[in-house]
Amino acid sequence: MKRYQTQIHRCFRCGYCKFPTDYSALNCPSYNRFRFDTYSTGGRLWLTYAWLKGEIPWSEHLAEILYTCTTCKNCVEQCPMKFAPEIVDWIIEARSDMIEQGKIPLRVKRFLESVYNYGNPLKKTNKERLPWVKSLKKYEKGTEYLLYLGCLASYDEGTKDMVTSFIKILDEAGISYGVLGDEEQCCGNEVYAMGEMDLFKELAGKNIDKFRQLEVKSVITICPHGYNIMKNQYQNMGYKFEVLHYSQALAKIADDMKTNKVKNGVKITYHDPCYLGRHNKLYETPRKALKGLELVEMPRNRKDAFCCGGGSGNFITDYLAGGIDSPARVRVREAAATGADILAVACPGCLLMLKEAVKTENLDDKLKVMDIASVMSG
Amino acid sequence: MIDIYNELTTIIDKDYVSNSKEELYMYGRDPGLMPAHEPEYVVMPTTVEEVQAIIRLANREKIAVVPKGGGLSLTGLVIPQKGGILLDMKRMGKIIEVNEKGGYAIVEGGTTHGALKSCLLKNYPHLRHSIPDSPPIATVVANAVIHGQGRLTQQRGFNSDMVSGLEVVLPTGEVCKIGSCAVSQYWFSKGPPMPDLSSLFFGWFGTTGVITKLGIKLYPCKKYRDPVLFLTDRAELVPDIMRKLGRTEMIEDLVVNAQPIPLRYKDNYYILFYITGDTEEELEFKRKMCWNVLWDYFERREGGFVSLIPEMKAPMLSMPSKDTTRFADVSKGGGFEYSGPIAPIEKYPVYVKKLIDLAEKYSLFYSSAARMIDGGHSMMFSFSYTFNRADPQTMKRAKDALDEAAEFAVENGGVMWKPNIDEQKMTMKKMDPNTLELMMRIKKLLDPNGIMNPGNWEVSR
Repeated sequence: MKRYQTQIHRCFRCGYCKFPTDYSALNCPSYNRFRFDTYSTGGRLWLTYAWLKGEIPWSEHLAEILYTCTTCKNCVEQCPMKFAPEIVDWIIEARSDMIEQGKIPLRVKRFLESVYNYGNPLKKTNKERLPWVKSLKKYEKGTEYLLYLGCLASYDEGTKDMVTSFIKILDEAGISYGVLGDEEQCCGNEVYAMGEMDLFKELAGKNIDKFRQLEVKSVITICPHGYNIMKNQYQNMGYKFEVLHYSQALAKIADDMKTNKVKNGVKITYHDPCYLGRHNKLYETPRKALKGLELVEMPRNRKDAFCCGGGSGNFITDYLAGGIDSPARVRVREAAATGADILAVACPGCLLMLKEAVKTENLDDKLKVMDIASVMSG
Repeated sequence: MIDIYNELTTIIDKDYVSNSKEELYMYGRDPGLMPAHEPEYVVMPTTVEEVQAIIRLANREKIAVVPKGGGLSLTGLVIPQKGGILLDMKRMGKIIEVNEKGGYAIVEGGTTHGALKSCLLKNYPHLRHSIPDSPPIATVVANAVIHGQGRLTQQRGFNSDMVSGLEVVLPTGEVCKIGSCAVSQYWFSKGPPMPDLSSLFFGWFGTTGVITKLGIKLYPCKKYRDPVLFLTDRAELVPDIMRKLGRTEMIEDLVVNAQPIPLRYKDNYYILFYITGDTEEELEFKRKMCWNVLWDYFERREGGFVSLIPEMKAPMLSMPSKDTTRFADVSKGGGFEYSGPIAPIEKYPVYVKKLIDLAEKYSLFYSSAARMIDGGHSMMFSFSYTFNRADPQTMKRAKDALDEAAEFAVENGGVMWKPNIDEQKMTMKKMDPNTLELMMRIKKLLDPNGIMNPGNWEVSR
């Protein structure tokens, strides 16, 4: 029996999970998008309990309610109860139970099938890795760092500046690194969050086997999602290694740099990715990479940051899209309201989601979305 | 036969209309112990015109309409007893105006206390409103509708007393302004010097209309605020202590807590009050005045002050207090409910004895917070019991204890606050018959088709 089955009734449905610390806005991305109580964390937990008790049957709608949770952990941060740290785990366990019973909503099914068939959720073959990714040197035993790119940085052209800027900085800093190339598997973070545990174990197992074979000691991930899963799950799967998010590497390099290359007078605001921030408490490190620049914070920052809406596979399943209340659109409006010229991010998912939202909101001429490596390298 | 769902989607964006099982399930129950009953539709309007159109549709089709805010009364007041359309008001969440000089804010029908608090703190830090200890998703309107209490209730009365005007969609669909805003652009009074019609909408639980705007009075937010905790193990002294502190006119809020854990709380009564000031001198003066009235108890060793370190003060100073919500999970069951009679403060000793007796009788975990109202003219005494949602037996025992508490409270001079439908019947049974007749006449006059939150304030004839 999974733990959530014996604990989930403990949610009182008080609604603290809907807010940031100062109650200034709605901070649960799916609740803010849909506004029915069903789409809040309390709603999900109550509906899941009702499903467990047989009071409501499984339905595509019920599953969609569960999968619109981006696992951003705002609820974990705000829930006043002692069980708060477990909430997202319960949601993942419930999804897992549904999957075990073959109850999977269509978009999730497509996502998982893509990972199963292609090794990534983007339905891309190995040959379709981006040209600049293919040109990177392969990791060999003894190399200092394995650079783990992840699916979006390997296949989505929108991440080009992010990857190439980071590579350039690594090269200039004289850091030795290599990639897995065709042998890199999806990290499995989203698959895990979606509750497909068998597939997750397969993906993680393949990556860990490769790490072991190459005697990898340290991994740098571009994506906070990869960082999260390697730091918090891979480590319990029989092979220990150091994991760094690229923002940690950048912060270290930034310490040695005299100035950033972005011109003076440019204002920057920074969006905390959920899997770096609330999941792993890395709030100040990415900001260190922006040192010397004029940083203006959005009202919701650090543990109160508003999720872009892409977590838990939603950057592909896109359940939260459509309409002015889609999280990415809300977030870029908030960023633009600070008067910042650049919205800096540290996650390829956030980068793509927010870039798209800037276009939709017609903010192209006011706000540029850039990752922190691109900001550093000008 | 008319397709109500399709009709509703012609009024409101279909994204905000649902007849799905999942939404009906959620909106058919609250966190308390009253039996569930599901609506047939859930809608989330954003404009007054949309509310009007829904009310007109409901009148035409003779179906129920239940307006809902945070849904946190715990007594099932927005459980749609007769199905129909549930109006989730929270998309009408704007703060329309803060009139700094006039000392009031105008909010929409679904504005949350959290949003108002945050807005004031950010933009008008010298002003505040009476924040209840319900979670921040509780709405300003719904809290006034149930005659809620908040952190300024000791000084200013029920939160409904602090209302300064209303805009209401009547059960027949007309929009009506109540108070000074009916004749002026200012929202400074809910009635006087005219007949006070606002009372047609408070305490009626949505049976007389849908409040779409509300003016709420704002009060000075003092620079300093400090909690003081006085402890006694003699319940019979509590009313006098409350009264004496109230009559100093030096205190902001006063709540008496009784609970068995932590162990230091057992068999003790913790009188928590707050003093405020714009200067340290003002704070010290008030502190001395309060100490003076309590000094005799201290000298007779009937009570004493509890030294509060900053870590203890922090939760006492937070508004709303998350500790109130945490009570739901002290026995890891996710549930609590309370019967909350409004009663003379002299009833504290008998009520608190009954609270503990019932906890023993039904094997329940108890707590009580008694808040002084309006300088001591009354108090709200909560008989609070936890239950385990996964254990129907504890739920039944808690419900039985609460029913017995309510009967006891009313027999002993109390009037039930935000009564559930059974307690409403009990209240009406005990009520002066002419008063009851007047209530029913008003209700019938305003809502001829009986569409508004039916089941509440209804007499079985």
